[in-house]
Amino acid sequence: MNILHAHGSEAERLAGIWWLMFGLGAGVYAIVAGFIVWAIVRNRTAASDGPSDNTWIVWGGVVVPVVILGVLAVVTVQATSELRRPEANALHVEVVGKRWWWAVSYPGTGFVTANEVHLPAGRPVEIGLDSDNVIHSFWVPELAGKLDLIPGQHNVLRFTPRKPGRYIGECAEFCGLEHARMGFEVIVENATDFDRWLARKRNPPSAPESESALEGETVFQRQSCAGCHTVRGTAAQGTVGPDLTDIGERSTIGARTVANTPANLEAWISDAQYFKPGALMPPIELSNRDLRNLAAYLETLK
Amino acid sequence: MAIIDQAPDAPDAATLERIEHRWLDAPGIPGFFTTVDHKRIGVRYIYTSFVFFFLAGLAALVMRDQLASSNNNVLAPETYNALFTLHGTTMIFLFNTPVLAGFGNYLVPLQIGSRDMAFPRLNAFSYWVFLFAGLLLYSSVVVGHPPDGGWFAYVPLTDKAYSPAINIDFWGLAIIFVGISTTAGAINFIVTIFKMRAPGMTFNRMPVFVWSMLVFSFMVIFAVPAVTIAAALLEFDRLFGTAFYTPGAGGSALLYQHLFWFWGHPEVYILFVPATGMVSMMVAVFSRRVLAGYVWIVTSLVSVGFISFGVWVHHMFATGLPALALAFFAGVSLLITIPSGVQFFAWIATMWKGTVELTVPMLFTVGFLLIFLLGGITGVMVSILPFDWAVTDSYFVVAHLHYVLNGAVVFPIFGALYYWLPKMTGRMLSERLGKVSFWVMFVGFNLTFFPMHILGIIGMPRRVWTYSNGLGWDTLNLIVSLGSVLFGLGTGITLLNWAISLRRGRPAPANPWDADSLEWAVASPPPEYNFAQIPVVSSRHPLWDDDGAPAAVPVLADAAEGRDPSVRSLALEGAADKTTTITSGRDTRPFEVLEIPEQTVVPFVLALGLAAFFAGLLIEATVVGVLGVAIAVAALLRWVWRTDMDRA
Repeated sequence: MNILHAHGSEAERLAGIWWLMFGLGAGVYAIVAGFIVWAIVRNRTAASDGPSDNTWIVWGGVVVPVVILGVLAVVTVQATSELRRPEANALHVEVVGKRWWWAVSYPGTGFVTANEVHLPAGRPVEIGLDSDNVIHSFWVPELAGKLDLIPGQHNVLRFTPRKPGRYIGECAEFCGLEHARMGFEVIVENATDFDRWLARKRNPPSAPESESALEGETVFQRQSCAGCHTVRGTAAQGTVGPDLTDIGERSTIGARTVANTPANLEAWISDAQYFKPGALMPPIELSNRDLRNLAAYLETLK
Repeated sequence: MAIIDQAPDAPDAATLERIEHRWLDAPGIPGFFTTVDHKRIGVRYIYTSFVFFFLAGLAALVMRDQLASSNNNVLAPETYNALFTLHGTTMIFLFNTPVLAGFGNYLVPLQIGSRDMAFPRLNAFSYWVFLFAGLLLYSSVVVGHPPDGGWFAYVPLTDKAYSPAINIDFWGLAIIFVGISTTAGAINFIVTIFKMRAPGMTFNRMPVFVWSMLVFSFMVIFAVPAVTIAAALLEFDRLFGTAFYTPGAGGSALLYQHLFWFWGHPEVYILFVPATGMVSMMVAVFSRRVLAGYVWIVTSLVSVGFISFGVWVHHMFATGLPALALAFFAGVSLLITIPSGVQFFAWIATMWKGTVELTVPMLFTVGFLLIFLLGGITGVMVSILPFDWAVTDSYFVVAHLHYVLNGAVVFPIFGALYYWLPKMTGRMLSERLGKVSFWVMFVGFNLTFFPMHILGIIGMPRRVWTYSNGLGWDTLNLIVSLGSVLFGLGTGITLLNWAISLRRGRPAPANPWDADSLEWAVASPPPEYNFAQIPVVSSRHPLWDDDGAPAAVPVLADAAEGRDPSVRSLALEGAADKTTTITSGRDTRPFEVLEIPEQTVVPFVLALGLAAFFAGLLIEATVVGVLGVAIAVAALLRWVWRTDMDRA
């Protein structure tokens, strides 16, 4: 998650600025700290030796800073005017910050998922950022800088992912109890893989086949699950919790809290609070059998 | 009027006893609640704020225990959130601001040659309000509902919808309450500095610390109303159901951020400016020469006061405001570096042409220079708008802000403790323990906060109660936590040193450091009346002659025979009548006589009434609130009425 391992257009630019500033900053620190130490340890030979008071102040306090700051001001204005500009042919993704997870949708496809953002490499993207609760901030350190999700305001983050890979993202604005457990993943694929993926996602998941999964589906619809969660193509249309239409394909549960394995899924359903104290998902009391079937059903949703 | 400067003849013991008798506070508890002596109040400010400092430091250590390893469960998230909220709120509102006000309270009248502040009762009132506001905030801990919305308390998280319990109200009301204290104190400083300077203490001879308190005070007056409004509107939303910040009902969440940071960024400089004022005093004294670039430094302080009001949006770079507006604030944020650079090189020049003596106060000053240098450089980095997108709200910013607010404010304050406590307590602190404390703090500080830069670069966000393993953050976090223990230990050593000095410290002479400013002209601790005879000032360095050798401070020899009562108040008679001299603002001619008010319990009662009013709002008990207002109004009437009596 190093901001200097840049794999997005914006992150590349910011890493460049960092190295410029790091060089200048390290040089300034070394020289000025040297002056301080020298001023302390040196033996004063005569009151008149060395630069006068005004020379120190004018050169050290005004002239040199103005030059350095001038360079940085130019860099700032240039980068600001070039970054986050609208581009033709950009892919639109909508992200809504929730407590404490991310709802992700692809306009025009009907596909909604959570805590995973698939993006194509090499194509400009526009990520629409909204919140219907508190303020969050969308941050994928290796791809771009932050942009807040503010209720009542639509923000758009624009950049171009460069290299296929999986990138960790997180919430960067304090948003309450589980601000720490509000991660997500950005999966950058090459354009063809991405298009194929998105095309597949236009359709709801196929109905479960195994007996266990079928029973699990009944549990899902019978129990409180459907009140909060949506599975596209079924009666479950809840909007409080994450859309589970493709939960079987996601790598983590609870917004990067634990790995998505059947065992974790069962444990999460019966007591999410154990993993993520304060999460809005209540403990669900189910028989072991129901729990196993439910997990089996969820694993089929792809 | 012939001005004949000469060193004062020592007044005879009987006269001094008569004067002292006139000024002495009643002993014991009654005296405690009724004093209006700026020195007692100043010391009280310092002690109280250090209690809060150690509470907030303890909170930090507990947080670092939780963050020492990944997926740790020492703290529940709600506890962690409450701790970082209390840590930040306490450090800013209940330690940094009031401790500087405390030093100012103690030192400003002494440094300008006055027998007290312009409004001694208002001064007492400011202290009591500060104390009650702190108690109001910490009562939340006692009842188990500490605020947990961050020290910045962003809406909508702190709205009733997402924080329904009383927790946030403790924060909001305490912030409004403590603002009264800070504002009243600032008004007092401004009038004191404008009207109470000894004859000859013209503006261009004022000690830099006095200048810094003047700038501090003007900034407070313009900045604090913004945070008061931010918190008041928040409380209106919470208590009375208004919708200033509710987007769905026509309010704006960002409005809060603008209000908060319109105070919040100047506040950084409100803390930093007096700290640099202290540094300027100590650098010159321990370089054994006059401060280089006095005019440069004063100009820097004043210009920081203005420019700092034009940078608040750099806390909001990631909120999606239009790029042109953001670029403007980035530009101003770069600009504010210049005055700081000027001050920095003035200090270097002072040391360069001086002979540096590494006493403990000077060690803390040098530590400050080395830390603030880095904090300033990272400050430039985060003002580079696009780069800020990368590091804002990450540990990089936690590192930066502690380099400036802890390193560049707390280190000078610790230096100031070693420098000025002997004046206040009459006891020297141990140099040896002080050196140990400095080195432990300096190493601990850098171990704690330097790795945080790297943590931010490798993606660790702020304000997280825990983090997963496998992200490469574990080792650095452990180093940070160990460093924080070391830093805490270092501050503890100074506390110990302080306590030991009170019992067994070497008695402090009037001027242990051969310093140049007027507070060192009087005994340690100073008599109640500060100056039996108010000095006449003829240079920036009243206690040094032209060659920097110690010199006695002159007084107006024939002041007692003056026709004008304001001139007579300079003399022993003035002290005997419990008065001090008001001078004309610019050229410091004696102008009027200020009668120092007698001891009074009225400021305490007024503050108590206001505290009851805020407590009533907090627990939604109308009776308590109305009672509080009634007490406050009664106290105010009494206050005003007494003044007329005094004049009669």
